[in-house]
Order: sequence, then C-alpha cells, then structure tokens
Amino acid sequence: MWRNRASAFLIISAIVLTLIPVALILFQIALKGASTMGWTFLTQSLPFSVTKAGGGFVNGLIGTAIMVGLATIVSIPLGILGAVYLVEYGKKNWLATLIRFFSDVMTGVPSIFVGVFVYTALVVRFGYGAVIGAAALALIMMPIIIRSSEEMLKLVPLELKDASYALGAAKWQTITKVILPSAAPGITTGAMLAVARAAGETAPLIMTALGSIQLVTKLTGSPISSLTLLILNGARAPYEAAQARAWAGALELLVIVLVFTIVARVFASRSRLSR
Amino acid sequence: MNPDTSLGNAPVFAVKDLDVHYGSSLALKGVSMEIHPRRITAIIGPSGCGKSTLIRCFNRMNELIPGARVSGEILYHGENIYAPGVDPVMVRRRIGMVFQRPNPFPKSIYENVAFGAKINGYKGDMDELVERSLRRAALWDEVKNELKKSALDLSGGQQQRLCIARAIAVEPDVILMDEPASALDPIATVRIEDLMQELKKDYSIIIVTHNMQQAARVSDETAFLYTEVDEKTSARWGIMVEFGETSNIFTKPTDKRTEDYVSGRFG
Repeated sequence: MWRNRASAFLIISAIVLTLIPVALILFQIALKGASTMGWTFLTQSLPFSVTKAGGGFVNGLIGTAIMVGLATIVSIPLGILGAVYLVEYGKKNWLATLIRFFSDVMTGVPSIFVGVFVYTALVVRFGYGAVIGAAALALIMMPIIIRSSEEMLKLVPLELKDASYALGAAKWQTITKVILPSAAPGITTGAMLAVARAAGETAPLIMTALGSIQLVTKLTGSPISSLTLLILNGARAPYEAAQARAWAGALELLVIVLVFTIVARVFASRSRLSR
Repeated sequence: MNPDTSLGNAPVFAVKDLDVHYGSSLALKGVSMEIHPRRITAIIGPSGCGKSTLIRCFNRMNELIPGARVSGEILYHGENIYAPGVDPVMVRRRIGMVFQRPNPFPKSIYENVAFGAKINGYKGDMDELVERSLRRAALWDEVKNELKKSALDLSGGQQQRLCIARAIAVEPDVILMDEPASALDPIATVRIEDLMQELKKDYSIIIVTHNMQQAARVSDETAFLYTEVDEKTSARWGIMVEFGETSNIFTKPTDKRTEDYVSGRFG
C-alpha cells in the first residue's frame, strides 16, 4: 500500500516539477510581452531608431509567413508523397530503408547544421533571401512530415485497401481515393506540428535569411527578417525599448505556435482511424 | 477482357491444377473444380485448410500478399485469368468480393455504393445505380432517407449488405463471399442467406464458410478442403478432397474424411 502511495507521490511531483518551468515561461512571456503588445506592435515595423519605443515586428511576421509558407508548399506534398512511397511501394527495399534512416537522422540533427548546409550550398551562390530561408525550413519540416505521415498511412486498415482493390481500383486510385482520405486528419496533424516547429526556428534562418530591419516582401536577392530573428536581435540589444519589443514578439510567436498546435490536436481527435 | 457470357450453362470458372505458394511454403495443392452459372458453390473445411486462399484466387486478390505465387489455370468463361497480359484490375471489375468483416469505406452510404462505378468511369445515372444496387442488396428501405449518413453508423449486418450493394454496383457476374456472416448475429446472418438466394437468380456465387449448416442451407454445390501434413517436415497444405452436389456431400460423401467432417467428428 505505501509503495503505491509513494510511487504516486513521486510521479505527481515529477509532473509538477516539469510543469513549473513551462508555467514560468508562459507567465513571464505573457506578463512582459503584454505591455508592449497592441495594434501598433502588430501592424508596424521597427521604429527608425531601434533605441526608441514604439513600432513593432510586422516585418518579422511577414518574413516568417513568407518563409514558412514557401517551406510548407514544398515540404508537405513532397513529404506526403515520400510517406506514400515508404508505405505502399518501398516497404522494405533499400531505397525505403535509406529514406527512413535519413529522415530519422534529419529529425535529430541540430537545426544550425541545416543552416550551415544551406549556407554553403545556396547562400554563397545566390545570397541571402526568403527562398533560401524557406529551403532551410523545408529541410527541417520534411523529415517530420514524412515520418508522421508514414505512421498515419500505416494505420489505414488492410480491409479498406482490400475493399478498394476488390472493386477493381488500380493502385493509384486506391491511394488517392481510399488511403489518403482515410489518413488525412492524422497527416494534417503532423503537417501542422511541422509548421509550428518551422515558425519557431531561429538558427537556420540566421545563416540563410540573415534578418532585416525593414519590411521585405521580395522572395530573392534581399535579406529578410523573421519573428525569431527580431526576438533574438531585440533581446540582445542593450536598450530597454528593444528588449520590450522582443518580449512582445515572443508573445506573438507563442500564440501563433499555440494556435497551430491546438488546431493540430483538433484534427487528431477527429481522425476516424484513432477511434 | 470481353468473355462471352451467353454460353448458357457452360462453367463460369474452370480451375485446373491450381497450386498456391506463400514464399517457399505450399498453401494449396492441385485444386481442380468448376463453378456453374447462377448457382451457389460453398467451400468448406477445417481451419487453415486454404479456403480463403482458394477464394482469393478467383479475383487475383492473393497477389496483393507479398510472396504469394499461383500456378495452374483458372479459366473465366474460357479465358485464363492468370495468363500473361491479363490485368488483375480488369479481373476484379468482373468478379465482386465480400469480405469476412464488413469493411465499408469511412464515407457516406451513397459514396460507398458509387465508389466502384466512379473509378470505372460509369457514365449512366449514378443516383439510379445506387438505388438499384441498394434495393438488390435488400438495404434500400432502411437507408433511403439517410444516404448521406456515414456508412460506419450502420449496424454490422447493414454494413455487410452495404458491402454487397457496393460489389453489385460494379455489375459483376460473380460474387465471391469470404465467410460473409461470420462476424454477424444470427438474425443478420439469415438476412444475408436470404439475400444470397435472391442474388443467385443473376449471379454465380462462391462462398467460404466454416459453418456446415450454412453450407448445407444455402449452397447447390460444395467443395470440401482438408489439410494434408507432411510427416517428416510437418509442413501443411490444403487439398480438395471432394467436390459435388451439396446434397451428395452431406448425405453420401464418397471420402471418409468428408464423412467425418460433415458428421461433426472434427473441425
């Protein structure tokens, strides 16, 4: 009996211990970010002099939207197609094993390495820019999407595939009309989490987007900012106003990532396969 | 494939020396039989004797299993469906199948029935086809006001009749049923059996069942499969022991093993 109680006590204390830092982070960001957060912050770029108060991170927000958007457009279709290959075509052949291995390695690779790789492969040739930053983000998103979609596709029951084949469906028809729709909610969840992860990346963007204090909408040929880069710069600046903007930027990013995560959870709970 | 279906009582299927291997192990050995039009042929036998393996040969579903290999011939209206160049997809469009567990798609009732016709590029009136198929499967009256509802909300028996409607909608001339009632309650089972008698007027039906009473009730002809064991290697494979009119198989079987099985001595 006392063993039972003791282990319950240990588990609960462990949970509380892990929750304390999370709660502190959320609380501090909300507290320090709220005072600067507002319409002005959300709609304006940095002020002419970063030492002054006022202005906001809209240039970062737009930069993040452009780069994450581009990365999503590329990595979601490729990631899903890769997963379909792994589950329906490759199974255990050498190519599938290779893709699986590298996806696993890529999910574990520190994201600064991705930045360095894209820097040497693309930035030295084409310069900094939104497309280059998006390429780095896509490299980070792709393995997440491949592996999460693979798990979802594997859950599609064999009975459904049998039903489709028995009705005279060809393999591509079975994939597009039965397998992908059945796995769609789960695949969406994985994709959303990958988007949230990309939106929060800083390291690879330092080396590929570089950052800018101006509002940039060009896709190539010009350094571009992101929320994370502006937070980094603001937090490192020795001016109170810049630090206050960094806190508000952190709050903004936190809310965005939270929204994506919650939407992902909603899709996951709607999945017919998990029922 | 454009087989001549107007041959009257010529067999729908003629199976000749059919062997099935999974990988290197033999699963079914030397099966030969004929399936006649507008009759119900039952395949019975103890567990593991290859009943499902055999029925899945008739629409080339076995080759979806990695390592499965079929040798011998199955002539469908005189044409070998295992001949090189025959597309299994075309075979499956002529030969419908209903599975052991009801497996409707997680789509609406309407979408389920229309699925096969849609992928086959059906040009006619889809609403009419859906209604006709559901009527033939004796499900129309129960679902006609809720065709948009998810098929997963139906009961097990309704789901299985939906699967039959879905198979009929492709307009096959043979329906394969792999233990279609084994997951259903007795009342739903009776409905499926009654439905089979109706469908028999237009379709040839092959049914796998582990339930001897069911085979005796519904079928015209019965094939009895049995497991042979190699004493040295303890490898096991299925063989067909006896095939004939259902009444003969159950009342005057010629093989001792058939007699033991139908009289309930093992199984």
